Amino acid sequence: MASFSFSLNGQPVTVDVQPQMPLLWVIRDVLNLTGTKFGCGMALCGACTVHLDGQPIRSCLTEIRSVDGLEVTTIEGLIGDNGELHPVQAAWQDIDVPQCGYCQSGQIMSAAALLRENPAPSDADIDTAMRNNICRCGTYQMIREAIHRAAELQSLAYDAMAGEGEARV
Amino acid sequence: MNLPMNRRTFLTASAVAGGGMAIGYSGSASAQNPEDLDFNPFVRINPDNTVTLIIHKPENGQGAVTTLCMLLTEELECNWQTLNWEFAPVARVYGFPLQGTFGSLGVRSSWQPLREAGAKARVMLQQAAAARWNTGIENTRAENGLVINIQTGGTLSFGDLAAAAAMLPVPETVALKTPDQYRYIGKATKRRDTLAKITGGAGYGIDVRIDDMAFAVLARCPVFGGRVQRFDAARALAFPGVLDVVEVSRGVAVVANNTWAAIEGRKLLDITWDEGSSANLSSAGILAMQKELVSTPGAVGRNDGDVEAALANAVTRLSVSYEVPYLAHTTMEPPNTTADVSANGCQLWSGTQIPGLCHLNSVATSGLAPDQVKVNTLFIGGGFGSRGGGNVYSEAVEIAMAAGRPVNLLYTREDDIQQDRYRPCSYVEMEAGLDAEGWPLAWKGHVSCQHFQDLVNGLDREALSGLADNDYAIANQRFEYSPLELDVPTNFWRSVGASQNAFFAESFVDELAAAGNKDPVELRRRLLADSPRLQNVLNIAADRAGWGQPLPEGHYHGVACISCFGSHNAQIVEISIANNQVRVHKVTCVVDCGQAVNPATVVQQMQGGIVYGLTAALKGEITLENGRVQQSNFHNYDALRMDEMPQIDVHIVQSDVAAPGGIGETATPAIAPAVVNAVFAATGQRIRKLPIKLA
Repeated sequence: MASFSFSLNGQPVTVDVQPQMPLLWVIRDVLNLTGTKFGCGMALCGACTVHLDGQPIRSCLTEIRSVDGLEVTTIEGLIGDNGELHPVQAAWQDIDVPQCGYCQSGQIMSAAALLRENPAPSDADIDTAMRNNICRCGTYQMIREAIHRAAELQSLAYDAMAGEGEARV
Repeated sequence: MNLPMNRRTFLTASAVAGGGMAIGYSGSASAQNPEDLDFNPFVRINPDNTVTLIIHKPENGQGAVTTLCMLLTEELECNWQTLNWEFAPVARVYGFPLQGTFGSLGVRSSWQPLREAGAKARVMLQQAAAARWNTGIENTRAENGLVINIQTGGTLSFGDLAAAAAMLPVPETVALKTPDQYRYIGKATKRRDTLAKITGGAGYGIDVRIDDMAFAVLARCPVFGGRVQRFDAARALAFPGVLDVVEVSRGVAVVANNTWAAIEGRKLLDITWDEGSSANLSSAGILAMQKELVSTPGAVGRNDGDVEAALANAVTRLSVSYEVPYLAHTTMEPPNTTADVSANGCQLWSGTQIPGLCHLNSVATSGLAPDQVKVNTLFIGGGFGSRGGGNVYSEAVEIAMAAGRPVNLLYTREDDIQQDRYRPCSYVEMEAGLDAEGWPLAWKGHVSCQHFQDLVNGLDREALSGLADNDYAIANQRFEYSPLELDVPTNFWRSVGASQNAFFAESFVDELAAAGNKDPVELRRRLLADSPRLQNVLNIAADRAGWGQPLPEGHYHGVACISCFGSHNAQIVEISIANNQVRVHKVTCVVDCGQAVNPATVVQQMQGGIVYGLTAALKGEITLENGRVQQSNFHNYDALRMDEMPQIDVHIVQSDVAAPGGIGETATPAIAPAVVNAVFAATGQRIRKLPIKLA
């Protein structure tokens, strides 16, 4: 056992666990934050996707010792401080993407990472970024639609911020 | 299966503490057992003017929560925004023992009773308001949770009226709305579970956390029917976090303070298995058994006309065989259950399609009385037929009892794929004869596969469904079934028998079209003259897809259609082939599901059903060697992914039929044959075995 400290959704946390313990199980079973899901344990399905220092990673194969001192964001941390949905979540709500919903935390985390790197992804960009997230309910068409919608929402938000900036000048 | 609507059950109402009203179905007209109703109503109208609908159809993504809320609101006229819902406990009034979600029956079986309960309750609330105002009920109407006095414009809330309404007799009959009066039914409506599912807040079985709970995985014999001979737990127990190792009837469980420690501890178990009688079983051996079984007569599921005589008169005859493999379900949430068992009670938490069976199973395993067992239903992370009965409940109860603490038992993905109850592998031999003009005269088929329901006159109704019940007007048809008996566990899989039989039937009909030099749509259209709803969806699909019109270079169409689960579906796919791989670009899907209650849900279910069937058609294959399942995770039992997703164009036919048909499974059967028929159009190759592997 060893002690590891990292930031989880902006809060400092310290856990005393085996160094090889995957981040997924630290989040779910030690810290009892259950929005991040177990799907395969082999980084094949994407259900466990979280952000590590802003990058999407598969928490099921990420050992806790490699997370020490870094920033982890889960689905629970995607909502803004004011309770506002992230543009990806807002788009998911607009399109009503989920069916069973189990894979959607991972889908949303992957989509949020894509949109941060690429604010206007093409269908081919979406294929590449999202092909590692499996949905057995078959929501892919609506996920694609929602990512395009999220890109619009994000761009509108930027425009609004830019507009405020001009007004102040 | 259905809400109790037979003559022995009655809609009853009763007052609830604090001034509310509960409405539900009871075994007696006078509600002689009102306790039942207090605790197990369908609807509660609360004094704070909220309304709560008890959802007795578990939600596995099919939209049950939203659709049942729509049916109630349509007639009760409660406020849609403030309507609450909660999952039902297990009780007879909710359909126990077969209380659950299966058979694409959720909306079909709730359609009449839920609307009627809503309408009768609304009349009672209007009567209570009329009495308060000293006027006639005809001078009132209900809207958004209020009763309005038409003459004065005064209003009383449902909450204000509930206590008085609960004292009134339940009306014997009530007029339900006509379609032109619908405000919810037929309108695309947002799901009520979306927000929870996009914020990580929806509670699935795997997310249950209760006091003193430990996490468990179970080592099971890799050969079906095998058992533990001996084991050594020393190394497992030494792994940090492992709390206990216990033997139960299906294997050896490792109990730990986190799931990872349980999984790692299990790797350290030293177990010797008695592999039992199936240790030599292989897929090749099973196929040989099936071929042997169909070589002698089977149980007859349909016998129209005189097939042999018609075949003797045929100008052209063709004889082929098809086969499909076992399939696992791979729900994204792997199977799991949390059990807390003590001497005087057992509580389970699980995402289960059939809480009633979960309850029965737990009573039997725990040895407790039925009223000592409580099942808590959670959101289901994918069902597809897998979460009916099954071993996970009894395993969790046994482990909790042996370990003396509550446990959350999880199947890893490997456990899920190697210890599932599978869609049976199936084999069929088909023969048909055509007349001189190339029209079919006779069709016969003989299927062999395992069955998981009791045989009736030698028949399993699922083994031939989607084949023997085809709608084609071919005068001479004969279908037979020979059961295959093995230890491999089999069970329901989205669309059940039709998942394999539509592939057989619709591929073969396409072969008949080619042999008779007919266009595949034209042949079906002619043979469906007496099945207007199926013919109609076929015609619309052909129009919308541009059947017979030029396609981009290298693109080809394929068609299939089927009536199943009370609905009618035609699909036309557009494919291309590159590097010997099939790429499905587009699926035109036309469905007649009677009254679509929530068209948005119908679109989701059509897309989902197609993706599920397409995954199986392109990738799905569970094989056995030395009695062991050879696949283990998504690297060798993969699912369709984003970059392989076709554009699916769903068209819902405006149906003349007032009642809804099923939608959860309707779209799964047709996709595989549509794709193989397109492969034939593209290459001349007939694919007679799934998954598709091009020569």
